[in-house]
Amino acid sequence: MSSKEKWIFDGWVGSVAFNLVLLTVLFTLLLVSLKIGRYPVSVGQIVHILASTPFLNAKRDGTNTVWIVLELIRLPRVLVVCLCGAALGMSGAAMQGTFRNPLVGPEITGVTAAASFGGALGILLGFSPLGTVASAFAWGMVGTAGTLLVSSLAPRSGTLGFILVGVILGALFSALVGLVESLADPATSLPNIVYWLLGGFGSADYRSVAIVAGAVSVAGPLLLLLSWRINLLSLSQTDAQSLGANVTALRWGVVALVTLLVAAQVSVSGGVGWVGFVIPHFARMIVGPEHSRLLPTSAGLGAVYLLTMDDLARTLSRQDIPISLLTASIGAPLFIVFFWRLQIRGWSRD
Amino acid sequence: MIDRVIRCTDLGYFYRPNEWVFRGYNLEIAKGSVIAVLGPNGAGKTTLLKILLGLLPPRQGTVEVSMYPGFVPQISDVTFDYSVNDMVLMGRARSVALWRSPGAEDRRLVNEVLEHFGLTPLARRPFHELSGGQRQLVIIARALVAGAEILILDEPTASLDFANQRMILEWIEKLSRERNLTVLFTTHDPYHASVVADQVLLMNGPSDFIFGPSAEVLNDANLQSLYGVDMRTVSFLHNGLDMTAILPVLTSRSKSGS
Repeated sequence: MSSKEKWIFDGWVGSVAFNLVLLTVLFTLLLVSLKIGRYPVSVGQIVHILASTPFLNAKRDGTNTVWIVLELIRLPRVLVVCLCGAALGMSGAAMQGTFRNPLVGPEITGVTAAASFGGALGILLGFSPLGTVASAFAWGMVGTAGTLLVSSLAPRSGTLGFILVGVILGALFSALVGLVESLADPATSLPNIVYWLLGGFGSADYRSVAIVAGAVSVAGPLLLLLSWRINLLSLSQTDAQSLGANVTALRWGVVALVTLLVAAQVSVSGGVGWVGFVIPHFARMIVGPEHSRLLPTSAGLGAVYLLTMDDLARTLSRQDIPISLLTASIGAPLFIVFFWRLQIRGWSRD
Repeated sequence: MIDRVIRCTDLGYFYRPNEWVFRGYNLEIAKGSVIAVLGPNGAGKTTLLKILLGLLPPRQGTVEVSMYPGFVPQISDVTFDYSVNDMVLMGRARSVALWRSPGAEDRRLVNEVLEHFGLTPLARRPFHELSGGQRQLVIIARALVAGAEILILDEPTASLDFANQRMILEWIEKLSRERNLTVLFTTHDPYHASVVADQVLLMNGPSDFIFGPSAEVLNDANLQSLYGVDMRTVSFLHNGLDMTAILPVLTSRSKSGS
């Protein structure tokens, strides 16, 4: 393969061009997502309702079914899906760069399993929906803090030690989720817990939008601002330190920002696998591994991918299909095609 | 008056208490000089480099490095397939604020240093597609774009073929002569030290070191004691110049018996 064909969209110009294409696709997909569903809505109605609704000041019109479907059901759902997809894509790219490992996803800190435990616990204890979200978010933070704390007991174990502790604490929290399920009432709380754990956006509302948008608006820009520096973390520690990087502080800074994003995502939609792990691989094959180009593209691809999967989840059958089933079952064949055609570009193979 | 850029006084380091890697080292290194550091595996060469780079605090004594030292690792361990341009740009990390990305001035400096090393045609090539020698040049370029006035290289010629070894040694000599850079490199090849180094540090155990002009320090007896292998100095004429190579005497049982 000649070097000119190395990335599908090479350099800054290429990545900006691809991101503009991605934004156009995302915007189109947003409109399509608002249109599709069991209740028919025309494009004209969508444009009219969106244009006539003041920002964050929706006029209540309980008698207008189109308004209810669009304003109260579909719009918050597509917004949450987009924000979660972008958060997961960006988080995965940042974590793979920070830990120099292609097998890492944002869940590696233990945040996903811990937040799942928090959510399941909230449902078991009969918390309100907001209380369940708060419990998931708080336990997600506890999960990452635990991984940081335990891995700091063996500071020389480095990134591998952190990943190992994350996997072990993740397994511990998964076991605790199992314990919660075994204690739950099979007639009432157990089905809710199981469905919540499978992940989905069926219950998305403007409160969910606010939670994820809050996390994304804080952590997203900070991660993007740090993205060039993540390149340094993918060098050896001595190399990075000699170039002036404070490796430990930078690494934990990235972990903290990713934890905020993932805890927010899990708290509103349960565990959504695959996106944070595989989307960065797709993005790297398209724009290359340089992180200031990779992170925005991973965010855009994550949003487009998750929105597509959610559209399928709510239209393929009469009932919502749990999103994680789709993200993996459609994503795996897609990844195999990319893997075959592009040979997992972006990682060095000596 | 000699412009001194590195001064080590009674320098010592250990990883476990009372198990000194080295101790009592006294070194003074002048600006623009080329220093070769030789020693068997485990003698503490890389530890010494880390102390000079400010990445390890000495356990004993003091170290003064008056200019910014740039590091060139042995084989740059890069996980991702960055382009040559992206690799060199990382050298600007010290000058770019934490929340910023490199700007136009940083890119201009990168272009300038790539031009200097003749790497401009390779700027967009993936780093891992380059030869070992070209990769070393890229990492040297990265150190220079960081503003290094002292270059610290960890076995820069290891795992390179002869043509690339010669290229890297020529660049070391050229950078010292033309830019007045101070260069300190570790090597297992006394011949490389004799070709380019003004001074040599032989590290042979915790308190056993020799530091002095390469012509004086690099002799059969010192090197035999250092490596525990017979060493021979071989003189020859090349293009009218007297040349000296220092070789280990390696014997083969089958050939010595025939």
